[in-house]
Amino acid sequence: MGAKLKYHIPGTVVFDGGQAQKGYALNKMCYSFNSAENRAEFLRGEGAYCAKFGLDERSRDAIRRRDVLALIEAGGNIYYLAKFAGIFGLGVQDIGAQQTGMSVEAFKSRLAEAGR
Amino acid sequence: MARIVGAVTTSHVPAIGNAFAKGLQNEPYWKPFFGPWDRVHAWLDSVKPDAAVVVYNDHGLQFFLDKLPLFAVGAAAEYRNADEGWGLPTLPPYRGDAGFSWHLIESLAADEFDLTTCQEMLVDHAFTVPLKLMWPHAAACPVRTVPVAVNTIQHPLPSPARCFKFGRALGRAVESYDEDLKVVVVGTGGLSHQLDGTRAGFINREFDLMCMEKIVDDPVALTRYSIAELVELAGTQGVEFINWLIARAALPGRVSKVHANYHVPISNTASGVMVLENRP
Repeated sequence: MGAKLKYHIPGTVVFDGGQAQKGYALNKMCYSFNSAENRAEFLRGEGAYCAKFGLDERSRDAIRRRDVLALIEAGGNIYYLAKFAGIFGLGVQDIGAQQTGMSVEAFKSRLAEAGR
Repeated sequence: MARIVGAVTTSHVPAIGNAFAKGLQNEPYWKPFFGPWDRVHAWLDSVKPDAAVVVYNDHGLQFFLDKLPLFAVGAAAEYRNADEGWGLPTLPPYRGDAGFSWHLIESLAADEFDLTTCQEMLVDHAFTVPLKLMWPHAAACPVRTVPVAVNTIQHPLPSPARCFKFGRALGRAVESYDEDLKVVVVGTGGLSHQLDGTRAGFINREFDLMCMEKIVDDPVALTRYSIAELVELAGTQGVEFINWLIARAALPGRVSKVHANYHVPISNTASGVMVLENRP
């Protein structure tokens, strides 16, 4: 008993303790984006803001490239990352399109298809 | 004594809040979701609840990963909404009922649930959107509220079986309160959706419809799923269905379906809305 749950779901990274440890600084920075003041500070100087939260090079690079899959790989949780995306006016459909390598229109069409 | 009149379960996608803010309810994209809420409003008008116990999950407004409770119960006179970072307008404060909250906490603790109690608690879209959907024309939410936040962010999450037991205990807690309150239990989130990874956009219509059918008469059948299976079948965020299970399990009497609506998509999500009435 007490065994760790195993997940083997293609295309899916489950946010567990390992991810939460790895991405702690990154998620903490994204959590700070609840505040408009912090969002403005990030936009004034991304590098300095990332340094303030102690992000490692991998996370900083993923932030620079706005690369959601790389941010998840670095331990980012999608709910906190959504606050980062929000700074640029991007919603979950934009993020979904980026992760699946589709245009936003194609991604939306695929969702609509799922309803038929 | 307090009495549970039923449950309202609904998706809580932030885009719904945005549609409210922009007045898009009658647009073709939104009409299939918003239209049938008339039925929910008619039911609420007939049962006239005084209080709502809202079972939801916080998405990083109140709780961060520094300290993350599995089950957190609000115990405040008022709960505030706040900026979540992506431009949703902040809604007016919600009235709490600390006496009722503490009764629920005492009863749940006696039933062996270890809770986090919150005398200050920010409530995010998963709490505010469903209440706005239930009372769209009220300037502020017209009933007293008790927020019950369930961890669906960081695994391990409470299993469906555990959530069902929690819901049963929540129902006993409500109905042992010594005040004539009519209480609606609200379960928010779901249905199938996944925001992250290359499987983003995953929807499982068949599974959702099965859940909406079973939850009425045979909810125990849904407790056999593990969290891992729920993630696989409903998506990483579709696990929010555990909030629905808690709300359903809280109904102690004879349960009947008053209303159900299923519509795909809203944003990245398969939306589900149900009203389940509880009779002694």
